[in-house]
Amino acid sequence: MSGRTLYDKLWESHCIRRDDGGTSLIYIDRHLVHEVTSPQAFEGLRLAGRRPWRTNSILAVPDHNVPTTDRAAGIADPVSRIQVETLDRNCQELGITEFGMNDPRQGIVHVIGPEQGATLPGMTVVCGDSHTSTHGAFGALAFGIGTSDVEHVLATQCLIMRKTRAMQVRVEGMLAPGVSAKDVVLAIIGRIGTAGGTGYSIEFAGSTLRSLSIEGRMTICNMAIEAGARAGMVAVDDTTIAYLEGRPYAPQGACWDRAVATWLDLHSDTDAGFDETVTLDAAQLGPLVTWGTSPEMVAPIDGVVPDPDQEPDGVRREGMRKALHYMGLSPGMAITDIRPDHVFIGSCTNARIEDLRAAAAVIRGRRVAAGIKQALVVPGSGLVKRQAEAEGLDRIFLAAGFEWREPGCSMCLAMNADRLQPGERCASTSNRNFEGRQGQGGRTHLVSPAMAAEAAVQGHFADVRQSVGKG
Amino acid sequence: MEKFTVVEGIAVPLDRPNVDTDAIIPKQFLKSIQRSGFGPNLFDEWRYLDQGEPGRDNSSRPLNPDFVLNDPRYRGAKILLARENFGCGSSREHAVWALLDYGIRVVIAPSFADIFFNNCFKNGVLPIVLPPEQVQQLFQSTAATPGYVLYVDLPMQQIHTPDHGALNFVVDAFRKDCLIRGLDDIGLTLQHADAIRAFEQKRRADAPWLFDKQNSK
Ligand code: SF4
Repeated sequence: MSGRTLYDKLWESHCIRRDDGGTSLIYIDRHLVHEVTSPQAFEGLRLAGRRPWRTNSILAVPDHNVPTTDRAAGIADPVSRIQVETLDRNCQELGITEFGMNDPRQGIVHVIGPEQGATLPGMTVVCGDSHTSTHGAFGALAFGIGTSDVEHVLATQCLIMRKTRAMQVRVEGMLAPGVSAKDVVLAIIGRIGTAGGTGYSIEFAGSTLRSLSIEGRMTICNMAIEAGARAGMVAVDDTTIAYLEGRPYAPQGACWDRAVATWLDLHSDTDAGFDETVTLDAAQLGPLVTWGTSPEMVAPIDGVVPDPDQEPDGVRREGMRKALHYMGLSPGMAITDIRPDHVFIGSCTNARIEDLRAAAAVIRGRRVAAGIKQALVVPGSGLVKRQAEAEGLDRIFLAAGFEWREPGCSMCLAMNADRLQPGERCASTSNRNFEGRQGQGGRTHLVSPAMAAEAAVQGHFADVRQSVGKG
Repeated sequence: MEKFTVVEGIAVPLDRPNVDTDAIIPKQFLKSIQRSGFGPNLFDEWRYLDQGEPGRDNSSRPLNPDFVLNDPRYRGAKILLARENFGCGSSREHAVWALLDYGIRVVIAPSFADIFFNNCFKNGVLPIVLPPEQVQQLFQSTAATPGYVLYVDLPMQQIHTPDHGALNFVVDAFRKDCLIRGLDDIGLTLQHADAIRAFEQKRRADAPWLFDKQNSK
């Protein structure tokens, strides 16, 4: 018999029952909740006269709607305010732990879970949010769900699911200085496409992944959903365990030792079979920039905007044309000639301490270029913000002309006041370059934190390897 | 959930791959704490020429004449024809609520994004995957024939077209049964409450840290 994949192990250890048709009842260990996708679920629960099955599996935080400027003033937009207050009220009434808007631990749900140790290896983790795949970086089975399923998990602690197929993406070798986890995941999506992972859970493996920090692994798992995958995951190793030790929600003492012993089995067996395997050579990877309105529309920094006429597939060709029209770009234009109006460093993809360090290292002693209207840093959580301030990173950003904000989703999806105006262009460390994502008519180019920082100081996209090399 | 057996109606062709849920229902409308009322803002940024905001009267807004939903030919459509990877991106169930509120009960595409696909079934919307050639054929026929009506028969798992006879489709048996009977998943799962409790007890013994350490302030 061949060995089991990490996905097999996680799936089997949570399967309560399987019916003849092939659907399974899967137990959920951790339920993260934010204000946008939960109100209708709580309302449904209430209308049916039900109670949460296990409140201590739930951790809630408002992040999408919160202002990133002065919090003392509250939320100006009344509709946003109602949504955040609705979460507060639901949590209070049901005895659910919530890090409220003014809690120092508040932040983006996918940043605070790991930071608190609320995401642990071997768990099933769900949230009414597609980027829940982030938590797979800990050897957990983590995936986003819709609001009906949020209600289902609240009421039953379970989900009815079918097992996906398993894909392994192996990345081998050393990344060049200035090339980061973000470039790796953009390269993967560029290779397999935004539907390439549909019907799969992806395990990211190989020597490159092993050498990445937990933050880098989270960046990669975060964007597994942009490749269409149900979940992304990375096996547990010493890096995982070192990161978790001493976190508030992590076990301690004898319990910690027992937990670690079980976690070390959370990897694919050497003889495990995958339904699909994709391999990338890290040495071939350079910094990438997206040029279109889908994360698979990606080009190397020293490349050009592609020509739809070269695309043989008719549907794709038309998609490229629409994207170029929306983005205001023409085929053959050098990527380095694209000039953003805004720079956004933030989001659950790239707003952890390591990301802020990488960006600060690039801008230290330099200034935001005159053509940039606004350069924003929005830390992923209150604790990330505090850590960055303790390291003096805020002063580097402020001295360069960046704004230093309060934590939240912010311009990643522009549900709060931070947004692009029609036609404005943004170098963004977030995960989606969809039409209107950062504000109606706004144009998004996805890049790594170091590349966003380099674009900020140069006023156009530029190869960060050159300034990293100099440093 | 509203039951689903057969649906007959006009199909509206949305000829773009990778239509994401941000496009189906833009984020400003996600601030609602209701499940209904999203229909007028379905595909808001493509459908109207101005910028939509929650609480605005949509009936007086300027329509984009080039957007297919605004073509009088497709008024009252119950079926959406789409291209590959429909519903990708955000998990927002509001996307399905908006389609349903508009009157769409069936979406036909060569492929769907996983979360969207699942969300459809939870709301009485049937997502049908057909081979790309068959989808292409439906796009062509719809364009060529005003008033092109499809008859979707879930119990028989068939789509009847005015010209091609019947196309068969595959649907998960459990999902199909839930749709036809309009069943509430939660009620079904709670029939297994004892099994869940037994599982939980064993898990608590094997991995107490998943249960004890939580909510420590
Ligand atoms: S930062 Fe962006 S992608 Fe992440 S949870 Fe917030 S809105 Fe979603």
